[in-house]
Amino acid sequence: MDYALQQLLNALAFGAEYSLVALGLAVVFSIMGLVNFAHGEIIGVSAYSVFLAAALGLTSPIVAVLLAVVAAALAAVTFERVAFRPVRYAPTTTGLLTAFGVSIVVQNLFMLLISPKPQSVSILNSLNQMWFFGPFAVSSLQVLELVVSGLTILALVLFLNKSTLGLAIRAASRDFATVRLMGIRANRVIATAFAISGALAGIAAVFILARRGSVSPDLGFGLVLKAFVACVIGGFGSLAGAAAGGMLLGFIEVGLLVALPQEYGGFKDALTYVIIVALLVYRPEGLLGQRIELGDKEI
Amino acid sequence: MLTVENLSVRYGAVAAVRELSLELGRGELVALLGPNGAGKSSTINALTGLVTPTAGRIVFDGRDISRTRTEDRIRGGLTSTPEGRHIFANLTVGENLRLGAATRRDPKGVRADTDRFLALFPVLAERYTQAAGTLSGGEQQMLAISRSLMSRPKLLLLDEPSLGLAPRIVAQIFDFIGQLKTEGLTLLVVEQNATQALRFADRVYVVSSGALRYDGPPAKLADEHGLLNLYLGG
Repeated sequence: MDYALQQLLNALAFGAEYSLVALGLAVVFSIMGLVNFAHGEIIGVSAYSVFLAAALGLTSPIVAVLLAVVAAALAAVTFERVAFRPVRYAPTTTGLLTAFGVSIVVQNLFMLLISPKPQSVSILNSLNQMWFFGPFAVSSLQVLELVVSGLTILALVLFLNKSTLGLAIRAASRDFATVRLMGIRANRVIATAFAISGALAGIAAVFILARRGSVSPDLGFGLVLKAFVACVIGGFGSLAGAAAGGMLLGFIEVGLLVALPQEYGGFKDALTYVIIVALLVYRPEGLLGQRIELGDKEI
Repeated sequence: MLTVENLSVRYGAVAAVRELSLELGRGELVALLGPNGAGKSSTINALTGLVTPTAGRIVFDGRDISRTRTEDRIRGGLTSTPEGRHIFANLTVGENLRLGAATRRDPKGVRADTDRFLALFPVLAERYTQAAGTLSGGEQQMLAISRSLMSRPKLLLLDEPSLGLAPRIVAQIFDFIGQLKTEGLTLLVVEQNATQALRFADRVYVVSSGALRYDGPPAKLADEHGLLNLYLGG
């Protein structure tokens, strides 16, 4: 029972983290058609900000969490302003290559300016403790991941459904030109989407730091690949799909770890992708994806 | 209200609009007629700034807006209801109207205008909290025009409001357009459906292959070299 509960929590926590990062990708993709592979470097900037602040004497974990989120949002908005805005109306492959370019440049900056080696960050370790509920021992970090991700997604849903800017983001995901015809500034809509995407990455960065206790230049890259897969599972561009896809990916991974005998554990990733490929054969548009109906004539 | 001088729009090697000049006086309803592919929609999109003209000057309300961004043109009082309606299908009727008023800072006025359009088109009130994509074509057109009017424009550009709608609905839409004119709104209506567009028009422009072919009162258009037949198929 204890073991089953532990694995369930494991799956939920992994799933929540994938969901956060996948949502960050999906928010930007849904309105710009841009797969932001530099999203991992936003997580990197966030983590290195905490590392630098700690090196300069910051000791409060709460301030570190706020710093992580703010730094990530600023990094995302800066990437958009500097790198993505000039290629906004270029073909999608240009945007994709730009994102890879940003990713490579920023990773190399981490190596040059800080170090290619992992750096220890202990300021958030206090988030990772064992909590005891009666006979059960659970990791505080996993509970926090689940609760915070849930609240974050709730806040995002409220924002997208209640605020004018949130409505504009949803409308822009289908028809950006007409959103501009409402007098709503395209730059503002896109900057907001990037800021949201960054803030989500910052929250993910806090959890990564708390779990690993260190930061390295390629910190976010692997996670973004996973998040990309989560988006594909859920249906690219669909926000609910990204969240669901992230959760499903967490469950598939943990499920395989549990089900596979120890000596076949190395096949986990391969089998994960086999399951995903099978899923996509069955539903090529993803779980919640849909073909977007265009107007009579595209502007 | 609006002066367009020698407007040209090109898509690569294709010239969509060639040195088009238009003039709209305050409170006028002007029809811009022409067959499919004549450059009507390109003209509208150049006026709103969604496509960048290769040449020409656009003066709106005394200001040269040729280089102004779309968003700022809308904020300046020019708006358009695009061809194919382009309602936000994934948002509710109410949310569509709310986005139409996104630039306004007077909640009371916005509420009053919303109530007005809901009273005018009761079906929009009935479906207020439903996804706008579930509306019929005619209802979507009513929503699209109402949404444009939520920004309280001085000039409304209507791109093919009759497109794909039943004749009875088209007549209803044009009754509404006529009513807007009597309220003092300046309108440029782009149409293929000449009969309806000419009901309330003060003046008519006919374009074909991106260039102006006729400029004058609607009454003369009928006997002018069979223009109606030539360009509009009756």
